[in-house]
Amino acid sequence: MRVTGLLSQRGYNIESLTVARTLDPGISRMTISVEVDSALRQQVIKQMNKLINVLQANDLTDSPSVFRELLLLRIHTSQESRTAVLKEAEIFGGRVVDSFTEGFAIEVTGDPEKLNEFVDIMGSYGEIEVTRSGILAIGLEPKKLRLQPPVPTKELVTETRS
Amino acid sequence: MSNLMSGARMLLECLSREGVDVMFGYPGGVTLPFYDCLYDHPIRHVLVRHEENAAFAAEGYARTTGKVGVCCATSGPGATNLTTGLVDAMMDSIPIVAITGQVSSKLIGSDAFQEADTFGITRSCTKHNYLVKRLEDLPQIVHEAFYVASSGRPGPVLIDIPKDVFQAQGHYQPISAIHLPGYKVFTEGHTGQIRRAVQLIRKAERPLVYSGGGIVAAGAAAELREFVELTGAPVVTTLMGLGSLPSNHPCFVSMPGMHGSYAANMAMSNADLLIALGVRFDDRVTGRLAAFAPHAKVIHVDIDPAEIGKNRAPDVPIVGDVKHVLERINKVLAEKQVGQALSPAKPEADFHLTSARRSWWDQIRQWKQEHPLQPVFSDSEIKPQHLMAEIDRLSGGEAIVASDVGQHQMWAAQLLRFNEPRLWLNSGGLGSMGFGLPAALGAQFARPDKLVFAIVGDGGFQMSIPELATIASYGLPIKIVVMNNGYLGMVRQWQELFYNNRLSAVTLDCFPDVEKLAAAYGFKGKTVDKPWQLAAALEEAVREPGPYLLNVRVSPLECVYPMVPAGGAINEMVLGPPEPVADAVK
Repeated sequence: MRVTGLLSQRGYNIESLTVARTLDPGISRMTISVEVDSALRQQVIKQMNKLINVLQANDLTDSPSVFRELLLLRIHTSQESRTAVLKEAEIFGGRVVDSFTEGFAIEVTGDPEKLNEFVDIMGSYGEIEVTRSGILAIGLEPKKLRLQPPVPTKELVTETRS
Repeated sequence: MSNLMSGARMLLECLSREGVDVMFGYPGGVTLPFYDCLYDHPIRHVLVRHEENAAFAAEGYARTTGKVGVCCATSGPGATNLTTGLVDAMMDSIPIVAITGQVSSKLIGSDAFQEADTFGITRSCTKHNYLVKRLEDLPQIVHEAFYVASSGRPGPVLIDIPKDVFQAQGHYQPISAIHLPGYKVFTEGHTGQIRRAVQLIRKAERPLVYSGGGIVAAGAAAELREFVELTGAPVVTTLMGLGSLPSNHPCFVSMPGMHGSYAANMAMSNADLLIALGVRFDDRVTGRLAAFAPHAKVIHVDIDPAEIGKNRAPDVPIVGDVKHVLERINKVLAEKQVGQALSPAKPEADFHLTSARRSWWDQIRQWKQEHPLQPVFSDSEIKPQHLMAEIDRLSGGEAIVASDVGQHQMWAAQLLRFNEPRLWLNSGGLGSMGFGLPAALGAQFARPDKLVFAIVGDGGFQMSIPELATIASYGLPIKIVVMNNGYLGMVRQWQELFYNNRLSAVTLDCFPDVEKLAAAYGFKGKTVDKPWQLAAALEEAVREPGPYLLNVRVSPLECVYPMVPAGGAINEMVLGPPEPVADAVK
């Protein structure tokens, strides 16, 4: 909520946001796709880094990284088109997760543009319903998480009474 | 000593440990357990008359001392009333900690009586906020809150505490360390950038220091002064930075911006180097950004990395505590002073620079003479500028002045002198009307020894009238000066200048008789409307040992000048009212 609030407060448009736990269950990792001018990117990252419970925010736009998105699609199609639909799914590396008389449920992963193409093609075979996970990304160069060391609290300023 | 205690008690232990001596608040249903513990606790609780004013008073305390101000409110309406003060503190980077009660944990989300989503509502109003879910987290959270509020770029932090957490019993374990792995406080400043900054400073022919609230927050006034004396650079100070360099210092020019002086704005527009210290290039300072300081290279020192390059891309960005950074810059500068042995190899270059700097100063002095900021007097009515000049005479740059928001705030900023930081308290970023009186109240608690003026307009005063009771009840000797022009003056000015003088909803008729009003609270009040009454009336107010309410009727239609129209460049100032049209009298 802090992250989405910050983005909307500053007038940035969130295209997608995914969040899940990391190997350390106390830490979550978010992949956020924000539509901003290139000049503003730094400002977005700086504002994110100001949030107390954001450990680190990195901009992956220009650094070597892999983007993936998962898409689930249900298609209602005619008997004649079933084979063609399966063929297309195969081309996109999709996997049929459910098959029923009127059609299929298909799972595909890929970069967002590839998924857009898949949706367009499937739409030409029949009625579809789509749900997408939003982008997940990982940098290809190891980035060390730099954490701040603990700070000692102030000494007793006023005497506490028993 | 048994360390088994209630959450309410534990909170007070933590507050004591943070050195809190006074807090401003208003009790309610869910904070009852806390107020019960306060009953016989040495922390002084000041009962204000509205929660918004508790936050403003905490700000007044924090702005005066630099310490964290503390305010407290109950759940629901108490908490929502605090929010204006929280945003105000956020905009001006003022360290306050707000404690709010919340309905019992098991009732959260059930639309219980006086329930509001304080945590959600205040997320964007605070630097950080907490909802305490378990008693054992409380000490950690309280100490974190004080640390976050006061470190780095200061700001407001809110702790929302459900009633059952106040009531629960637990063992108090004092916290020895704050662990915030994602919270980085930048202090040092990059050595290479500091070196580059010094190079630019040495080479500049028309340098200008643009000093702001960051100098005040960092306690860097001494370092700024040393810097200015080493470089001889002229200084403009923002609304938030007034007092960062004493107003009588020979290098002080004045305030720049929308209602800044001609000299300050011309200096900004003609400088070849802007040394921006603890400022954020606010739109009220820069005017049209594209036309701002067009000839200047910029050195920007700020503790908040997000401020660097937000509005103006600097040539030398320095993220760090301006106090440390200036110390380091001064150290390098002191080794070889500008204008002295600048470059032994090229004495002619040095000569050129020295004469360039001299003519820069001549130019600034000339601007100052052409259009000085000076009081205006009249024989028949009290000019607002006259009022400020009289207050200034009595203050001598030493009094604490808490201002409200509007025309009087601008005249005060233009005409009052401040010999040191933390004397000028005003709502700079948010511009919250109703700020002045409660801020003065907080300041007087922080500095009982000081003469405190609350300069307010007739609009803002009526927003904070309830606090007259607080002032009377604690016998605070605040001198409340109402600059009364019968209008919401600043809005009226804009309507006059930009909306064909169609005065819509700005007339404040029916102002109370202040003599009777003050008497109703048990202190003295007076109205003056003649210029020859003013000095004596203000002197009487200052002499009075208790509070004093002075209502000064000033010329109703005076406008604040210079003025940079919204969207204009700051060197395109309107310097005064339009000349009367000659053919009007026919």
